[in-house]
Order: sequence, then structure tokens, then C-alpha cells
Amino acid sequence: MESVGDLERDLEGMREYYSQGKTKEASWRKSQLKGLLTLLKEKEEDIFKALKQDLGKHHVEAFRDEAILPKIAVLSTAEIVPEPLGLVLIFSSWNYPFGLSLEPLIGAIAAGNTVVLKLSELAPACASLLANTIPNFVDNKAVKVFQGGPTVAEQLLQQKWDKIFFTGSARTGRLVLSAAAKHLTPVTLELGGKCPAVVDSLSSSFDRKAAVKRIVVGKYGACAGQACIAIDYILAERKNISTLVEMMKVIIKEMFGGNPIESHSIARIINKQHFLRLKNLLEDPNVKASIVYGGSLDEDHLFIEPTILVDPPLEAAIMTEEIFGPLLPIISLEKIEDSIQFLNSRPKPLAIYCFTKNKSLERRMISETSSGGVVFNDAIIQYAADSLPFGGVGESGVGRYHGKFSFDTFSHEKAITRRSFLTDFWFRYPPWNAHKWQLLECAYNSDYLGLLLVILGLKKPRRGSYQPAYSH
Amino acid sequence: MESITFQLLRDYSAVGFGANRAFSYRFTRKSNQTRVSFPKLIRTSSGFKSCSATLSLMVEVEEKPKFDADKTALLVKEVRKSFNSGKTRSYEWRVSQLKSIEKMVEEKEMEITEALHKDLSKPAFEAFISEISQVKSSCKLALKELSSWMIPEKVKTSLTTYPSSAEIVSEPLGVVLVISTWNFPFLLSLDPVIGAISAGNAVVLKPSEIAPATSLLLSNLVQEYLDNSAIRVVEGAVDETTALLAQKWDKILYTGSARVARIVMAAAAKHLTPVILELGGKCPAVVDSNIDLQVAVRRIIAGKWACNNGQACIGVDYIITTNAFAPKLIHSLRHELEQFFGKDPMKSKDISRIVSSSHFARLVKLLDEENVSDKVVFGGQRDENQLKIAPTILLDVPEDSQIMQEEIFGPLMPIHTVEKLEDSFEVINSKQKPLAAYLFTNDELLKKDFVQNISSGGMLINDTVVHVATEGLPFGGVGESGMGSYHGKFSFDAFSHKKAVLYRSFAGDASIRYPPYSPEKQRLLKALISGNIISIILALIGWSRD
Repeated sequence: MESVGDLERDLEGMREYYSQGKTKEASWRKSQLKGLLTLLKEKEEDIFKALKQDLGKHHVEAFRDEAILPKIAVLSTAEIVPEPLGLVLIFSSWNYPFGLSLEPLIGAIAAGNTVVLKLSELAPACASLLANTIPNFVDNKAVKVFQGGPTVAEQLLQQKWDKIFFTGSARTGRLVLSAAAKHLTPVTLELGGKCPAVVDSLSSSFDRKAAVKRIVVGKYGACAGQACIAIDYILAERKNISTLVEMMKVIIKEMFGGNPIESHSIARIINKQHFLRLKNLLEDPNVKASIVYGGSLDEDHLFIEPTILVDPPLEAAIMTEEIFGPLLPIISLEKIEDSIQFLNSRPKPLAIYCFTKNKSLERRMISETSSGGVVFNDAIIQYAADSLPFGGVGESGVGRYHGKFSFDTFSHEKAITRRSFLTDFWFRYPPWNAHKWQLLECAYNSDYLGLLLVILGLKKPRRGSYQPAYSH
Repeated sequence: MESITFQLLRDYSAVGFGANRAFSYRFTRKSNQTRVSFPKLIRTSSGFKSCSATLSLMVEVEEKPKFDADKTALLVKEVRKSFNSGKTRSYEWRVSQLKSIEKMVEEKEMEITEALHKDLSKPAFEAFISEISQVKSSCKLALKELSSWMIPEKVKTSLTTYPSSAEIVSEPLGVVLVISTWNFPFLLSLDPVIGAISAGNAVVLKPSEIAPATSLLLSNLVQEYLDNSAIRVVEGAVDETTALLAQKWDKILYTGSARVARIVMAAAAKHLTPVILELGGKCPAVVDSNIDLQVAVRRIIAGKWACNNGQACIGVDYIITTNAFAPKLIHSLRHELEQFFGKDPMKSKDISRIVSSSHFARLVKLLDEENVSDKVVFGGQRDENQLKIAPTILLDVPEDSQIMQEEIFGPLMPIHTVEKLEDSFEVINSKQKPLAAYLFTNDELLKKDFVQNISSGGMLINDTVVHVATEGLPFGGVGESGMGSYHGKFSFDAFSHKKAVLYRSFAGDASIRYPPYSPEKQRLLKALISGNIISIILALIGWSRD
């Protein structure tokens, strides 16, 4: 890691390069984005290897989740001109190390900024790959990549940035926002939360099967539950739970085989610290007692098998903290509408998933709860919907990106007005008098007839209007 | 053992014409605090239609209880309870509140103008143009457009989520805090509040204590006209603001200085509260020679001295022009200034005074700095008793002088000359990004270059200040001049959460998403993501290029 002096010199160099105007050119931006696409194509195998090494991710899961579709539009109306902010800082995360690095990077470049990208040290193989390959595919004077841990992050946060984009935990998000406050740096925080899946009664067995498949993949197939938009827990009516659990068991076996660790289709836990954290969630005897499936942990391989729990105590950590792992609690409700109050008494999550065909529940879910987004009858997939903004609210985040929203998030929308020298209203200017006052009132009310009448001397002042006693 | 310390806070905010001062003594005891103020009797000037209500409030000796943190927490809790009940979400509620604000401004126009005059000696015309009419049109626009703003925005979906439909739903954030300022105390309090209400939030407003008459009026009017269960005003100064900032808000909109903005944002960071910061900066006016000089100069004057006497975040801070053109420009400025404010501008009623003695002292210090005071080419008169400083023009003060480094916020106008006008870009870019940048020219190429190379919150070609009244444009800064924006629909958006909603059906369940994973699934996925129909067909039938 460089010294602070070196870092500051580097950043100074980047600002200098930015001020030359190169990064604003459309041709430069296109060439950079092409470079990144080429990187993805040429290094695909290496990327899969690195993901396997860091997370034990199956390459199809990796491909499905981390292939990126850059879509940029440089919008310019006569009145609002988007311009780059300058020098931006992106903090990536470890669970989707390619997607969460490249997608914001693409947005920042498309908007014409110079970028520093700080990769997560918890996914070292991926970080190393990105740090070594990105410089070969993009303009090094404008894009720099840093590896390293909290010390590097702190050093970077001391500097002044024109924008900071952070993906990670709420706890660290607060630190980033506090550091940004010193320089009045605008920030986008992509955090997480406990994303619930509200599962209503579904009459058709086809629908039920589809729902369960999507739920299972939306938990265990999403980096083993280590995703900000993974399903954290389920809310369902008491009478449906046993069927739900049975169906889930069947689907889990179908998807991951009898011995999931051998399927190589589920990611492992990222490191020992998180493994122990998850192990700890299950230590509480009341929580342990609520396990109905799975529950075995392999510390050597950092592997936890898909686990289902029914009605662990609501005060237990597993129900108060974001799980971020393959443990799926199901909470029973008397009736499904109770889910709304349940959700409203908790912090706003990044996503709410609702499996239902009941239109009234759909409407209530949208209008009576708050979350980053809502998805009906599926999970995770909103990440691929480029026309929708992706971001949280409250504890789940500040700001948004994806598609055009990425471009916007790294731009300043400058408002331009042009006026001509003709048509100058003389009554705008002092010295003011009752006559000008009348004209102004008409003008401001777009009362053109009134304006004409006043000019012709045919309109009396409005009775009761305040007229200061001016001597003019 | 109690200890009592006296802090004599001399507040020189003149109220009305004449030397009226209010002294507050703060007694601090370890156990409790009381603030007692002993204002002198206020004389109102003869040429002023006085209102007995406002006269009596000034004479009252008030013992204000300390607004402590517990009380603040309770207030926020009450307001939040109101929000949670859902009442602020309905279209009807929002419309009723907006209509009430409209009614309030109509019925109390006189009181509002008087309060602004008390706080700032603001001419009635300025009060009307810059504050009252703006609030009215803000309300009108919101009332007219609200139903369409509230409609969810349908968005297209792509092949990757097929079959699906999607929309973006605007929902209120919850309970928001608006911290206002003293220079346009009425507008900058109500405009954000209008935005917050139209987005369906509950709102707490903290007006500036440096404009006390307006602050008190706002407090009374909101109480009288609006739904107090969801809309409240908290008056006060540093203590009250600190107590408010310690609470959890769903959004904060702050208008004021960059220094305090950092404090606001740091407090907001603890709760992950998003903020809008409307700050200021040194807004430059670049003046070319090939223009209609009289019109340009009038507009510059309108954007400086006729705009709260330079005390405006978007006011023209300084001028840049060529060496060759400067004399002509100065000549025209002098002429038009006399037309506007008479031969003795200190006597003109059409110009605001300096808001407080501390700001007065600050401005005089800028003016009297060595190597600056000798650059005055017009004006320079000052009257401490009346808190007046005449429109003053300076020519080519040193670049490193205070007046060229910090935001002036007063009636001093430095003119900086350059060889050719393109050199002005360097001057502007060497400073922090301002809230607004102005250019007077007929040269199309210069206009283009200006827009491309200068970064500022907003820009206006061939006029000053009026861009903020342009419907359809966001008003906000960048860098040191702020973050976020509002006005018109942008106000509605500023106080909303744009919730992404995706509807999927159970049909069309693509098994390629699910484990067990296979090379075939990967090929198909790749093809689907590329969107290339040939690849998709090839992958489906088992052929592929990989």
C-alpha cells in the first residue's frame, strides 16, 4: 500500500488529468467501456476461477449474477446538462466482487469521471485479478484500483472526493457518510437489511412449485444467502407452513442433491469470522430447537448446508440482525395481512418479496410498507431489471443505480437558462412605485390583459392590497 | 453546588428603522437553564403601517424555557405517530394543506411583508417578487400537478425478466426536517415545506433565529392554518437545532452555509439520513463587450443590490470582464445604480439593510483590508447605526484578499479584469464550484464553452437570478455549493422515495436459472443476456459457438 503522500500525489495527478477534459469526451468514455467489456470476455475463465477460490461459487451462478449489461445514455436537453462530478471513489464488496465493482465503475466512467476503485480484501483472489487486469484494459491515468483492508479504506476516506459510492454494511455506511460530511461529498450507500419473503396461500400447485423454486434459489442460490437482496426470512400463514417446508425440502434436494457440499452448487461462507457469526446465531437453544431441516456446519470447508427454521424467537439475533447466510427462518402468522404490521415495526429492508395472487394484498403491500423495492412472485431478479432503480431507503441505503440511474448517480445535473436581451420588463427594477407594483402583480399572475389595462391606465389598483406609502 | 455563569450575548439585529437592540442574558446553572431577554422598547418608523400585534410581541418580556432534548424527542415522536397513522399520505390531506398555505399567504400578505421589513428592511416589492409570489406559484404548481406526480411511473422491462411488468412508485419518506435561513426567510422555509407536504411527509420546520420576526410569524401562521399533528415549527438557535439534529429524520433539507452544512451532514450520518444541502458560493458574472450594456447592467444590479442587497446565495458575487471593457462597464453601473437608488443610496427605501451587526462588521472588514480599500471606484459609504452599506464597486483587488476568497454576501462588487474573456474560466475554476454562474454575451461559441467548462449548480446566460423561477429546472448546488436539488416537481421527488416495483408471473419459469447447473444452461444464459436472437435459438437447439 502506498504512503499517504504517494496517494495524494496520485489523486492530484488524476484531478489534473480530469481538468484537461479528456474524460468528458464521448469517444473516451466509449473506449473505456469497450475495454471493460473486452476484459469480461477475455478473462471469463480467470474470473470464474477466482470466484470459485474466494466463494466456492459455481460458474453458472457467477455468470448469471455477475454478467453485466452496460446501458448508457448521454442525455442532454437544452436545459439540463449532465456533467461529471470529477474524481469519484467506489467501495466494492466481497459477495459479488465483479458485479459490485464493475457496475458502479461503468456508471462512473459513462458519466465522464475519473475513478478510484477500492476492492474488498475478503475476496482476495478476485481483488487480485481485478487489480491486475483492469489497468490493462482501461486508461490508467483516469482509473486506479486499490486492494487492501480497513486501513486503506480509512486513508482513502480522508481525501476529498466529488462522490463516494459504497456497497456494504449499515455500520460501515455510517462511517463513510461521516467521513464524507467533512468535505460535503455526496454519497450513494447500497446497504442491505432483512429482506422478507411474504408467502401467501397459492391455490395452483404449478404456482406453488414455481414459488418454492424461486424462494430456494433466492436464498441458497444467491451466494448461499450472502447477498443484500437474498431472502432473509419468510412470513407465512401458520396453516401453510408444513406444506411449504415439505416442498422446500424436495426442491433443495432436487437442486443441490442429497449432500449439498458435494454439488458444488452452493457458495461457501466467505471466511471464518462470518462462519462463526452464523454458527453463533444457531447457538441459542430456542433457535436450535426451531431447526426443521439442515443445520450441519463444516468449519474446515466453511460450509453450512441449507437450513430451515420455523418460529425461532423474534428477539433472537437471527431475527434481529441481517443473517447473510444459508439459514432461513419461517415466521408464522395468523393471517397473511399481519405481515404488513410485522414489516412496519422493523427497519426498512432493501427489498420485500411477496408471493401472492391476491390483488388487494399486492396493493396494500405497495402502499403500506416501505422498502428499497418490491418484487411480486419472485426474488433477486430485480437486479437484472435495468429500467428500475436499484437502491435502498432508511437503513437499507441512500441513492440508487443500475442502467441510466448509474449514469445519473455519477453526474451533476446542471440547470441552464438562456435569456435574450429583448423583452426586458422595466418594472423589475427599482425605484419602485405603486404603478410598477400593479404591473408586477399582473405579470406574476400571467394576467396579460390586466397588464395591458394597467399600461393604458385603465385598471384600478386591487382593493385591499398592500400599498406601501412611497413618496415617488 | 450550583454555579452560575453569565454570558452576555449582544444581539445587534436591528428591528425596524432606528437603533433598537435586544440584549439576551443567558444564565447557565448546572441544574437548569433559563434564558431571559430584555428587549428595549421598539419604535416603529413613521412611514410604516404598523400592526399592533407585532408591536406588542416585541415589547413582551419573555421567559422562554430551554428547549431541551427530551421535549424535542417527544415532538418528533408525536409527529411520527401522525405519519404512521397514514393521514399525510392521502391526496386529500396533501391538497388541503397546500390550499391552506395558499390561503395563508393571501390573507396574511401584509403581516408577512411587515415581518420581512422588520428583519431585513426588505422593500415591499422585493418581498413580493422574491418571496411571496414564489411561494404562491409553488403552491399553485403543486396543486395543479400533484395528482399526476403521484401516479406510479411505468417502466419498460427487458428480456432478462420476461415476463414481467414494472413501475416506480413515489412514496413519502416519513418525517422530514427543514432548516431554513435568514435572507429569504419566508420563501426558504415554506418552499421546502410545500415539497415535503406534496410528497406526503410530516414535517418539522426550524426557521432562522437571525430573522426573528419572520420566525415568530411562521410559527403562529403554521399553528393557525395547518395540521399541527403533522406540521410543526420549532423556533430557536444553536441549542434547539442541535437537539433537533440529534433525532432520527427520514430526510433533512438544510439551507445555509457550508460550515454548518458539515455539522448537519455529520449529524445525519449517524442515522443514515439523506440530506439536501442548499449552500452558496462565489457566483461570478462574466461580462462580454458585444452586448446590450444597459439591459445587462440593469440585470446585474437586479441580481446583486436589488436582491436582498447582495445577501443571496445566487446573488452575483463578483464580475469578470476584459481590461478594455471595464471602464465602460463601470460607467454604466454607476449610471444605472443612480437610476435605481437615487443620488444617495443610503437614503433609498428600495434597498435592504445588512441583516445584523456581526455581518455588518464582517463586510466592513472585507472592505477595509489593506490593498482593497484603495480599489473602491464607487460607493463605500457605511452607517453602522442603520446597518447600511452603500452599493460599492471595487476594481482589481488582489486575488488573495479575503473579499476574493470568501463568499461576500453583501453589497460589495469586485470587478476582476482579464486580457481576454476566455481567461475568466481559469479564474472561476480556481475557486470552489458556485451555486450559479452568469454569462453576458452574444457570442455563441463563448456560451458553449462556458457551459462545457464551468461547473456550477445552475447557469444563466444574459440574466441573473431568475433561473430559479424557471419551471422545470432543478435548483441545487454541486461540490461546496451543495447537494441535491428541489423546486417544482424536483421538490416532490426530493422528499419521496422512488420505490422500484417488479411484477412477475409464475408462468414462463426458466429452469436455466436453477441448479443443478450445467454447461447447456450457461450457454443459454449467455445467449439470453446478450439479447442476440440467433444465439438464443442456437443455444436452445443445442448448437453454440462456444
